[in-house]
Amino acid sequence: MSDRLSVFKTYKLYVGGKFPRSESGRVYEVTDSKGNWLANAPRSSRKDARDAVVAARKAFGGWSGATAYNRGQVLYRVAEMLEGRREQFTREVAEAEGLSKSKAAAVVDATVDRWVWYAGWTDKIAQVTGGANPVAGPFFNLSSPEPTGVVAVLAPRESSFLGLVSVLAPVIATGNTAVVVASERAPLPALSLGEVLATSDVPGGVVNVLSGGTAELAAPLAAHQDVNAIDLAGADEALAKELEISAADNLKRVLRPGPVDWAATPGTERLTAFLETKTVWHPTGSLGASGSSY
Amino acid sequence: MASAFEYAPAPESRSVVDIAPSYGLFIDGEFTDAADGKVFKTVSPSTEEVLSEVAQAGEADVDRAVRAARKAFEKWSALPGSERAKYLFRIARIIQERSRELAVLETLDNGKPIKETRDADLPLVAAHFFYYAGWADKLDHAGFGRRTTNGPSGANPAPLGVAGQIIPWNFPLLMLAWKIAPALATGNTVVLKPAETTPLSALFFADICRQAGLPRGVVNILPGYGDAGAALVAHPDVNKVAFTGSTAVGKEIARTVAGTNKKLTLELGGKGANIVFDDAPIDQAVEGIVTGIFFNQGQVCCAGSRLLVQESIHDELLDSLKRRLSTLRLGDPLDKNTDIGAINSAEQLARITALTEQGEAEGAERWSPACELPGSGYWFAPTLFTNVTQAHTIARDEIFGPVLSVLTFRTPDEAVAKANNTQYGLSAGIWTEKGSRILAVAGKLRAGVIWSNTFNKFDPTSPFGGYKESGFGREGGRHGLEAYLDV
Amino acid sequence: MPTTAPTAQALVDVTASDSTLRRFLHGLPGVDAVGLEARAAALGTRSIKTTAKAYAIDLAISMVDLTTLEGADTPGKVRALGAKAVHPDPTDRTAPTTAAVCVYPDMVAVAKEAVAGSGVKVASVATAFPAGRAALDVKLADVREAVAAGADEIDMVIDRGAFLAGGYLKVYDEITAVKEACGTSARLKVIFETGELSTYDNIRRASWLGMLAGADFIKTSTGKVAVNATPANTLLMLEAVRDFRAQTGVQVGVKPAGGIRTTKDAVKFLVLVNETAGADWLDNHWFRFGASSLLNDLLMQRQKLATGRYSGPDYVTVD
Repeated sequence: MSDRLSVFKTYKLYVGGKFPRSESGRVYEVTDSKGNWLANAPRSSRKDARDAVVAARKAFGGWSGATAYNRGQVLYRVAEMLEGRREQFTREVAEAEGLSKSKAAAVVDATVDRWVWYAGWTDKIAQVTGGANPVAGPFFNLSSPEPTGVVAVLAPRESSFLGLVSVLAPVIATGNTAVVVASERAPLPALSLGEVLATSDVPGGVVNVLSGGTAELAAPLAAHQDVNAIDLAGADEALAKELEISAADNLKRVLRPGPVDWAATPGTERLTAFLETKTVWHPTGSLGASGSSY
Repeated sequence: MASAFEYAPAPESRSVVDIAPSYGLFIDGEFTDAADGKVFKTVSPSTEEVLSEVAQAGEADVDRAVRAARKAFEKWSALPGSERAKYLFRIARIIQERSRELAVLETLDNGKPIKETRDADLPLVAAHFFYYAGWADKLDHAGFGRRTTNGPSGANPAPLGVAGQIIPWNFPLLMLAWKIAPALATGNTVVLKPAETTPLSALFFADICRQAGLPRGVVNILPGYGDAGAALVAHPDVNKVAFTGSTAVGKEIARTVAGTNKKLTLELGGKGANIVFDDAPIDQAVEGIVTGIFFNQGQVCCAGSRLLVQESIHDELLDSLKRRLSTLRLGDPLDKNTDIGAINSAEQLARITALTEQGEAEGAERWSPACELPGSGYWFAPTLFTNVTQAHTIARDEIFGPVLSVLTFRTPDEAVAKANNTQYGLSAGIWTEKGSRILAVAGKLRAGVIWSNTFNKFDPTSPFGGYKESGFGREGGRHGLEAYLDV
Repeated sequence: MPTTAPTAQALVDVTASDSTLRRFLHGLPGVDAVGLEARAAALGTRSIKTTAKAYAIDLAISMVDLTTLEGADTPGKVRALGAKAVHPDPTDRTAPTTAAVCVYPDMVAVAKEAVAGSGVKVASVATAFPAGRAALDVKLADVREAVAAGADEIDMVIDRGAFLAGGYLKVYDEITAVKEACGTSARLKVIFETGELSTYDNIRRASWLGMLAGADFIKTSTGKVAVNATPANTLLMLEAVRDFRAQTGVQVGVKPAGGIRTTKDAVKFLVLVNETAGADWLDNHWFRFGASSLLNDLLMQRQKLATGRYSGPDYVTVD
C-alpha cells in the first residue's frame, strides 16, 4: 500500500439513536492485546447512563408494541447490514481479542448468525412459553409472555462482539429495550455495532451503547428505579453480588453471570430471563339454559 | 357540485411482469419438457387471453421429480438447521423484493383483484417463509418431545423425506408457501403440483429458488392435471402427502395412501357459518360478512358462506348489507380500485351458476346489486340468497363463489346447532360485543378456525385446518411443523 | 324554520330525561375499533387518478373552512385569509372559492367584510372555544355576539367534561340552547373534540346526541389537541349521519378538522364520504374540511394536474 495517511475514526456512544460524545468529555485509551494503542473510547458518566435509561424508556412503548413479525424483520435486517461489514468487524475483533484473522472472521460470522437465530425467535417465543391453561371452571385462561421493560446489560468482558450480541439480541428480540455497557477493555466492536443498528431499522433508543468503567456505570444502572432488569454477564463475582443487592431495591430481574460458551447455539434462557407472564381470565359462560350436545 | 364521484381507471402496470411464451417443468434445478412432450395453455380468466404454454407433467415426470427430491434429501436434511433457515430467509426476502411483479402475475393468472394479491397474498407469502425460516434451527424447542422409538436419522425430531404436495388455484402462491415453507424448514424435500389453471406463480417461485441458491432437487415444481397429482400421491417413494382442494379428491387421496406409511394432511372444503347476534358491532359485522364471502370472489375454503343472523335484526342487517354490496366495484382485476375480480375458470363459473339456479329452484330468494359484467372472461355478480333453510342445497353444498346464503336463528343454542349441522368444519365467525358469548359459542362450534368480530384473518403463526370432512392436520404456526416431522 | 331542534318525532322521547337519553345512547350498536380502523384504512387505498383526482381536488377546495384561530390573529391577518378564500389561486381564477373562513367571534365583522359578495361564508367558533369551560350564559353571549356580527355558521364545542361524567342531558340542553341562539340565520356545527372523548363508542354516542339536539354539522375536533380528525373517527361520524337520516329523514353534515394537510389525505376523506354516506354528502353544504395548510397543497396539486409539472411553495400564497 502507498504511504497514504489513514483517517482515524472517533468512537462515540450510541444513545437514543444519536452518537453523542460522553457528557463527561472524558475518554480512555483502548489498546490491543499486545498493549498497542487503538483508539480513545468515551468514558461514560453516571449522567450518560441516566440519559440512556431515559432513551430506552421512551423507546419501550413503540418497540414492545411492534408486532413480533416486525421485530423479527428488524433483527434480520441487522444481520444483513452486519454481513456487509464483516471485514471491518473482523479487524476490530482480531485487534480487540488478539485473534488471528481467520478466527476473528469465524467469530464475526457466528455473530451474524446469532442475529438470525434471534430474528427467528421474536414470533415463536410466545408459542413456546405461553399457552392455554385448562382451569377447572367455565373460564378461558391464557398465559402470554410480555417484555419486562428497560434492561441494563453488562456485556461480557472477553467476548467483545459475539458475547455482546449474544446478550443483547435476546433482550430486544422479545420487545425489551436495552442499555448496554460495552466490555471495558474491548469496547470498540460494541461502539461500531451502534453504527450498524442505526442503519438497520432499529428504532432509536431500543439499544443504547455506553463505554467506560463497568463498575462505574453498573452501579447507577443497578440502582436506577426506572430500570426493570439487569444482565450481569460482564460483572465479576464481587461486583455481581454488589449489583444484585442494589438491584433488589426495586426488585429488578437479575440474570447472574456464569461460564458461557458463546460459540454454542443458545437455548431460550436469555429470552425468558426478561419476560413477564401475563395470564388473562375470561368467563366462557354457557349458551343458555338448555345447553347443546355440541 | 353534487355530481357523482366516479373513479377513473387506475390500472396496475402489467409491464412489471415478463411472462415467457412457454415454461417447462422444474425438476432437479432445471426447467425441462415433459417426458411425453405434452403442454397446456394457461389463460387469464378476466380476458380469456392465453398467458403462456406450460409443460404438462405425467407419471414419468413425477417419478423423475421424486427421484430428484430423494437424492437431494440426504444432504438437505443433514444441513444444520441454521443453514436451512438462511435459505428460507433468502427466499422470504426475494419474495418481498419481487412482490409487485408476483402480485401482478397472480392477478393475471388467477383473476383476483390486484388489491388482494398486493395487500393480502404476497405479504402473507413472504411472512410465511420468514416465519418457518426461524423454526428450521429451533425444532427441538417446538414441543414435540422425543420419540420413544428411533427415527430414521440422527436428527430429532426428524424430517419425513420427500413430500408430495398438491395445491389449489384460489391462492396459488400462498398455498405454495403454506406447503413448501414448513416442509423445507423441517428438512424435507418437495415435489409440488400447482393447479392446472394457475401454474405461473409456482414456476416463478422456481426461479426464486434458483436466485436463492437453493440446492438442486430440494424443490421440484410439476404443473399438470389431476392425473399427475394422483401419480404423485401414489408414488412409492413419497413419504408425506399434503393436499389442499376439494373434499371429494381428499377422500380419494386418503384411500390411495391407506395401508402405506405416508403421512397425510388434508385441507378441504367448507361451509363456514358467520353468526351475527343482535348485540353485534353492526357496521363492522357488515364488513366482516362482505370480507367473509366476497374476498377472492368467495373462492375460499374457509369462506363465511352461510350467514346466520339473529332474527330480531335480520331486516336491519340485510338493509345494511345490501347497501354495502351496492358499493362493491367489479371489473378489471388489475385496476387498483376493483373489489371483485373474475371467477378462476369457465368450469368453476358453470358450477356456481348451476348451484345458484338450484337455489332459486328450491325457493330461496335471490338478490344482486346492479352490476355490469364484462363481456369476455368469467364473471359472477355478488349474490345473496334470503329465505334459505338448512334443507336447501345452497345451505349445504360448498359453492366456492361469491354467493351468500342467509339463514336466521332465535337463540345461541339454535345458532350453534345450525352452524354445526354440516359435514364440514373449517371455519366460523361470531359477531357480538359480549365476550362470554363469543367464548361459549366458540367452545361449542365444531370448526378449526373461529373468528370473533373479524373474518378471514390469516397469519403464519396461527394454525389453520378443519374438523370433520374439511380435512385434518394443521398448517401454520408451531402446529404446522408436525405434518412434516416424524413425531 | 322551527325554533326547536329538527328532531324526528320518533326520537323525541329519548331526550325526555337523563336516564332515557343515557339508555338510548348506550343502546346504540357498539363499535369494534380494529374493524373500524381496518375499513378506514382499506378505503384509504383507493387510487384516485386523472379526471377523478381533478374533480376531487376542486371539490375539496370548495369544502375548506379556511381557518385561523390564533391568539395573535389581527384584522390584517383575517383580511388576508378572506382574500385567499375568495381567490385561492391568484394565477388561476377557475379555482373554486373555499366554503368559508373560520375565525374567532371578535373577527367575524372583519371577515364578513373581507369576503363580502363572494359567496364565501363566515364561520365563527364560539362557546368558550376550545376548552368550552365557561358558564352557559357566557357561552351564549359568545354565540350571540358572533351571530350579531354576521356569522353564517357557528362552530361550538361541547362540554366534554359533562359528557365524560355522564351528563348527557346537560350536553344536550347546552346544544339546544346554542342552536336557539343561532336563530334562523346561522347553521350550527357541533365539535366533539373526539381526541378527548377517546373511545369510538363515545364518538358514536356524541354524534347521535349532537344530531338529536339539532346540529346542522357534527365536527371532530378543535385542532388544538393531540389527536384531531382521523379517517376512522370521520368514517364513524359518516355512518352516524347516514343512519340518522335513514331513521329520521334529517340530513346532517360532517366536518373533520385538524391534521388534514395534504391532497392525498383530503381525497381519502372524500372517498370515505362517497362510499359511506354517499353522493348526497359530496357537496360543501354537507361536508367540510377544517384546515389551513391543506388549501395550498390542494392548489399545488391542482397546478400539477393543469401543467404536468410539480409546483412548489413559491407558487402559492402564504396567507
